[in-house]
Amino acid sequence: MIDINESVMQFLLAFVVVGPLLGAAAALLPAPPGLKGKSPEQAVLRHGVTVTGAVLVAAIVLALGFDHDQPSKMQASTDISWIPALDVRIHLGIDGISLPLLVLTALLTFLCALYSYFKMPAGPTPKAFVALLLVLESGTLATFAVLDLLLFFLAFEMVLIPMYFLIARWGGEGRAAAAWKFILYTLLGSVVMLLGLLLIGLKAGTFDMVALATDNGRSLTTSVQVIAVLAIGVGLAVKTPMWPLHSWLPDAHTAAPTVGSVLLAGVLLKMGTYGFVRILLPIAPDGFVDFAPYLAAFAVVGIIYGSLACLALAKQGAKGDLKRLIAYSSVGHMGFVLLGIATMTPTGVNGALFANIAHGLITGLLFFLVGALKDRTGTTDLDALAEQTGAALYGKAPRLGGLLAFAAVASLGLPGLAGFWGEMLALFGAFDPAAELSRPAFLTFMAIGAFGTLLTAAYLLVVVRRVCMGAAPQDAPKLADVQTYEFAAWTPLVALTVVAGLWPKTLLGLTDPAVQQLLAGGTR
Amino acid sequence: MSSLAQSLAQPLAESVVQSVDWLAVAPPTVTAVVALAVLVADLFVEERKKAVLGWTSVAGLAAALLLLLPLLDGDRSTFCLTGDADVCSYTADRFTLVIQFLVLGGALLAALLSVTALKDANKELPEGEFWFLLLSSAAGAALLPASRDLATLIVALEVASLPAFALVGLRHGDRKSSEAALKFFLSSVTATAVSLMGISFVYASTSTLYLTQIADRIQHVDGQLQTLTQTGVVLTLIGFAFKTAAVPFHFWVPDTYVGAPLPVAAYLSVVGKAVGFTGLILITVIALPSYADVWGPALAALAALTMTVGNVGALRQQATRAYSAVRLLAWSSVGQAGYLLVPIAAAAYSDDAERSIGSTVAYALMYAAVNLGAFAVAALVGRTKPLNRISDYRGLYARNPLSALILAFFLLCLAGLPPGIIGLFAKVTVFSAAVDAGLGWLAVIMAVNVVIALFYYLQWTTLLFRAPEGEAVSHIVPAPLTAAMALTGVVGIALSGAPQLILRFADTGLF
Repeated sequence: MIDINESVMQFLLAFVVVGPLLGAAAALLPAPPGLKGKSPEQAVLRHGVTVTGAVLVAAIVLALGFDHDQPSKMQASTDISWIPALDVRIHLGIDGISLPLLVLTALLTFLCALYSYFKMPAGPTPKAFVALLLVLESGTLATFAVLDLLLFFLAFEMVLIPMYFLIARWGGEGRAAAAWKFILYTLLGSVVMLLGLLLIGLKAGTFDMVALATDNGRSLTTSVQVIAVLAIGVGLAVKTPMWPLHSWLPDAHTAAPTVGSVLLAGVLLKMGTYGFVRILLPIAPDGFVDFAPYLAAFAVVGIIYGSLACLALAKQGAKGDLKRLIAYSSVGHMGFVLLGIATMTPTGVNGALFANIAHGLITGLLFFLVGALKDRTGTTDLDALAEQTGAALYGKAPRLGGLLAFAAVASLGLPGLAGFWGEMLALFGAFDPAAELSRPAFLTFMAIGAFGTLLTAAYLLVVVRRVCMGAAPQDAPKLADVQTYEFAAWTPLVALTVVAGLWPKTLLGLTDPAVQQLLAGGTR
Repeated sequence: MSSLAQSLAQPLAESVVQSVDWLAVAPPTVTAVVALAVLVADLFVEERKKAVLGWTSVAGLAAALLLLLPLLDGDRSTFCLTGDADVCSYTADRFTLVIQFLVLGGALLAALLSVTALKDANKELPEGEFWFLLLSSAAGAALLPASRDLATLIVALEVASLPAFALVGLRHGDRKSSEAALKFFLSSVTATAVSLMGISFVYASTSTLYLTQIADRIQHVDGQLQTLTQTGVVLTLIGFAFKTAAVPFHFWVPDTYVGAPLPVAAYLSVVGKAVGFTGLILITVIALPSYADVWGPALAALAALTMTVGNVGALRQQATRAYSAVRLLAWSSVGQAGYLLVPIAAAAYSDDAERSIGSTVAYALMYAAVNLGAFAVAALVGRTKPLNRISDYRGLYARNPLSALILAFFLLCLAGLPPGIIGLFAKVTVFSAAVDAGLGWLAVIMAVNVVIALFYYLQWTTLLFRAPEGEAVSHIVPAPLTAAMALTGVVGIALSGAPQLILRFADTGLF
């Protein structure tokens, strides 16, 4: 949109990746004179807001400077040799696929930092909290920005330790076990993924994603591709998470602090689906064809399973936890994303990428809201909240109730909001999958997936009814309504949900050319 | 007449009295000379000035390290056959230099730890003997990578390990220490005897001790001697497998580490391992490449067993048991030995054996720096908490933030997770050696092991940052320990920024 010098763009991208790391190191040092603030805690939390804010600004400038006429071209790319022995290059770059995820990550992390500045989760020192948050941001941003397989793996692993500590130190009940489950599952997945990445790199003679994507799997035999897709797919599927590898997710979400849940759902899960689109689709297409029907099958099982689990949790007397419910709904939503990817068509993949962003915005918002609800009422147990008649949030805290209802209907895919387009396009893709795939199978998947949207609507409406509606007793204490800082943290998410819903072309215009090229034979 | 005798005698003298390239043999020689000097000096130094001996030894090891520098310009060989200048007993090529650097550097760090340990031991450990033994063992270990015939190899191996037995049992009147030494001694001597027998079989069938000649002649052994040769090969390998503490020859490790003074355990975990796998590499890759179909699968199986048993052993350590920290490091070092064996096994299958060997070397360098660093912090904690339980590390961050951070870094390097980037990439090279050689199953087993190892390393790491029980008392860190921690820490962090520094060995020929 605006013309920015290429070397400035390169610097901005490098800053986006490295900036948070430097910020994390700086957070551990004592505050310099003049920046001490009211207390060391306040100073370090403000430092977190400053750094994530700077990164967000850089990401927005990157998005503005991005050449929107050529979203399929790698832009702002840097390519430096780092470890010649392993042929690892520091190759950074963004195209229409990674740019939205990059901005989403920067935005969500900034909002989390802002939210914690006012509402620090209970736990040890904020110093470590801010440092870990920044390392987490750096790892996720790096995942979306790097174009080297081993670097991708490094970035993928980089988020594990910070997320582990965020859950284990600042989390709620059962946090230690949940944190272990999270890290062991994802690590087991990612070491298997490493083997697949190495196989590809060693057989093709390069770890460079752009070169490999351009090659489009021509230098890899089908058997190598099949093994590689299986190994890498398992690693990515654990992260996504795909049913039946999802069981770490509900525990991690339930135990994590609010900002941890927001980042986990909003950003970390996207690393998995991004890997599918960026690595598996273009680099090993022949291998992917073999697994696409299975992936789609698991995806629709995930959709139905997630919805049924949510329905069971939402039932009266089930003692369902709201955070756990949203976590299961994530399994369902990510099922749509995987279904879109598995169709191997531009429509489906575009839908998947759209659903990715939409899920990040909406589920991020939902977790924020549930976190706020927990701060006010002290519980996320649906039965305890709703008692017999309903929690009557509309009566007790109308704005909070309204926002929750908004996020819920956005999540169920109401047309006009962000959740709609991604799922619809994914189903569309399944209606007419790639020529190599069996159409009847995908038609079945589409039908099941469409049924899943009905179930999704059902449980979300049940939640709205039980939490927002109900008869508020006259003497019931009013809950504090939405505070200013909460508005500040949530408004961008609400606004973007509406914008993406009403004007999907902003996103699809970016992803579509890139996806077309990716499927046709790699990025330029 | 006399002129005739002279002309006859001259070539004879030339052929018998060789010119020795003293510079090439300087690193082990200097170490050995300093060892003797310290032993003699011990007789004349007053009781309260014994610390001089320690610093002399540290200086000697540093000098030996510096003497590696002039050798960098090219390969040198000495003690060669008069008939054939290509067949030598001592070769200082790149492989030798890297391993010598590892061994001498490891010994130097162990020596730094020992300075404090000896001071704290209050004369319970005899200083002169301690330094003599440590230096002699280091001299043997430095000689080993350079030796290119079986006799020198065995001599070097024994020079490296015999003093180690004594070091382990050095604590006077300590029953555990003597028991550990005895266990270590008996099992090690058995292994040596076995490999000596193997070597004699190999010698019998090839009539040479030089590794390169063995490689050549073993392919044309008389049919009647085939069985003898094969038995010889297997027996020789078993002997060296013991030294790397490969399963099932690992049982001496945990007790020995616990019984030995902590710096000695650190020394054994790094230098002892280096000795073992160097010997294995020399025997397998240089002497017996034609037997790759025998030692390849054997080493692969050994690697899988070793890493699994080691990691499971480490996993089973209870945090509150006495010496559990040292025990955990001991078991995990068995696991790490398994990773070290993977590329050696891969060398049997790959076209480019030197690349695989380079992965082992790179991994060993990373492991040496990081493991010695972890031992340095363990030594620090052991000063106030002599039982050295893992639970004693709880709240270390509150007492001593820097040492807690650096220990966390070391542990994550050992686990191979960012921020321990060098640990991650060292594992990646090992994985890629396995994948490249087509040993997919071994890579998968290793992947599972990495996850197991992560569990106990991370458990320990999280403990460091827990709220301490009771009052937080900060330690005073003695200078030598600070130096050791700083040195290993700087090396670890520098390598994490520029992994190429050691990973380049995985890319170029070492021999």
